[in-house]
Amino acid sequence: MSTAASLSGVKTRRLAGRALSHLVLIATCVVIGLPFLWMLSTSLKGSTEVHIFPPIWWPARLHFENFVVAWQTAPFGRFYVNSLITSVSGVIIDVLVACLSGYAFARIRFPYRNQLFVVMLAAMMIPNQMALIPNYVTLKVLGWVNTYPGIVLPHCYSVVGAFLLRQYFLSLPDALFDAAIMDGLGHGGSLIRIAIPLARPAVATVTLTYFIGKWNEYLWPLIVTNTQNMRTLPVGLAMVEKAEYQIGPEHLMAASIFVLVPVLVVFFLAQKQLIAGIAAGAVKG
Amino acid sequence: MSRRARYDARMFLLFIAPNFLLLALFVFWPVIYSLYLSFFKWNMVAKTKPFIGFDNYLTMVRDPVFWLVLRNTFVLALGVVVIKLSIALLLSVVLNRRMPGRAVYRAIIFSPTFTTSVAVAMVWSWILDPNYGLLRVFLNLVGLASPNWLGDVNWSLSAVMIVMIWAGVGYDMVYFLAGLQAIPGELYDAVRVDGATPWQTFWKLTFPLLSPITFFLLVTSVIGALKAFDLVSIMTQGGPLNSSNVYVHYLYQNAFKWFKSGYASALAMVLFGIIMVITLVQTKLSNRWVHY
Repeated sequence: MSTAASLSGVKTRRLAGRALSHLVLIATCVVIGLPFLWMLSTSLKGSTEVHIFPPIWWPARLHFENFVVAWQTAPFGRFYVNSLITSVSGVIIDVLVACLSGYAFARIRFPYRNQLFVVMLAAMMIPNQMALIPNYVTLKVLGWVNTYPGIVLPHCYSVVGAFLLRQYFLSLPDALFDAAIMDGLGHGGSLIRIAIPLARPAVATVTLTYFIGKWNEYLWPLIVTNTQNMRTLPVGLAMVEKAEYQIGPEHLMAASIFVLVPVLVVFFLAQKQLIAGIAAGAVKG
Repeated sequence: MSRRARYDARMFLLFIAPNFLLLALFVFWPVIYSLYLSFFKWNMVAKTKPFIGFDNYLTMVRDPVFWLVLRNTFVLALGVVVIKLSIALLLSVVLNRRMPGRAVYRAIIFSPTFTTSVAVAMVWSWILDPNYGLLRVFLNLVGLASPNWLGDVNWSLSAVMIVMIWAGVGYDMVYFLAGLQAIPGELYDAVRVDGATPWQTFWKLTFPLLSPITFFLLVTSVIGALKAFDLVSIMTQGGPLNSSNVYVHYLYQNAFKWFKSGYASALAMVLFGIIMVITLVQTKLSNRWVHY
């Protein structure tokens, strides 16, 4: 009897523990999720409904025209094109650079390989915020201020990506690469035909992380662009907010949704890879 | 040198060339050039730059705004790091077991990590609105009035901190989760047999084993806060009266609003120094302190 009683006691306690866990997690998800819902709700309100307190969540009529108005307050189509061009071209260059460096440091013998690897890692200590003025001056000399290469190139080096790919390439069996060299494939062939296909999960993680990072980038495009037709989405959105145009919160939230939709789509399609990428970094230290 | 060795050397240099050219031009050269510019008075366009020695650094020491900004930056860094890491650790421990909805919880809590900071700043500015904002609803519920978050010198920095914590907690949680999953289950079985309470298990087993990750996140979060720009730039522009101004934002203002390139370069060098010191201390300490 007493064992049964204590067993059911343990069971109740475990059940209570589980319920508490779910409670904590649900509360956290509400805090994290509400701003997104608030953004969506506001974007669909009429201009008088926005200024009601306590606020309403569900407008009397869904004002989809807010999105049209927001789209017209600034050349958002152009911002989209600029963001796509700079993010995509930046990611292609960046991943290429990362693959080449990662492969070289993992698979090609060279007398000063370790020293050069340390030099590359040392770049992590230099915050790119301190490079703002020098990079601006460099781009001015190259004539690339307010151009796509000016937005893209200063952040196309790769340290973390090259590091992660090196780790992955190192974990592949040596015999594969020896065989490739024997077969006369050379390092170029062995990178393209063997290393990259086998490292697809790592390459995907690096690609996605770089893409989102570039899409969200604000400070550098803010500095290096000086005409409206060269602005990327985050910079364009910020300019709209800073009262270049007089628009209400409902339009501002609608415009924010334009910017967020692509990132959120990529995120929810690929969150497993993104989380895996972080986890890999965490376990390896 | 054998043919193979020569071929390897050539390919190695070819493969690392793009990365090293970009690094040299856009990362290493800027350090040298910033150091150089920090000894000159220059407005970015003038043909001549007078050499003024250490004047920019002396101006910094005498600049009350610089000290305020430095103070704000460290208050922001420490406040955010302590609260964010505590919440992230709690969440990761709660999430570290098989339970229905686990993947959904994790995805939602993680989602702000990759959300465009400019859009985050927009929606939070509206949430924090003292008249019509969402946060006012919750404050009123517990009988508090909403402060004028972004317009009050006493609240502006806290407002930025709240948003940074909201946005950053998911990333740290995922990091902790990975660390928790790397702890062998047998260790938990062993302490359970010894009759340890969950509280004891956490402090005597989990927490020490997580220390490398906690330490790593601590340092990277502090450095991240030192580099904060986007949220401050959109939400408060450092105001009112510099009460929420932080290091990189002040550097940006000097460089690109007031065109004091020399002074901004001196600020950049000091930021570099601070981050260098933190990183060196990190490498020194992580060899000693941390349990592996």
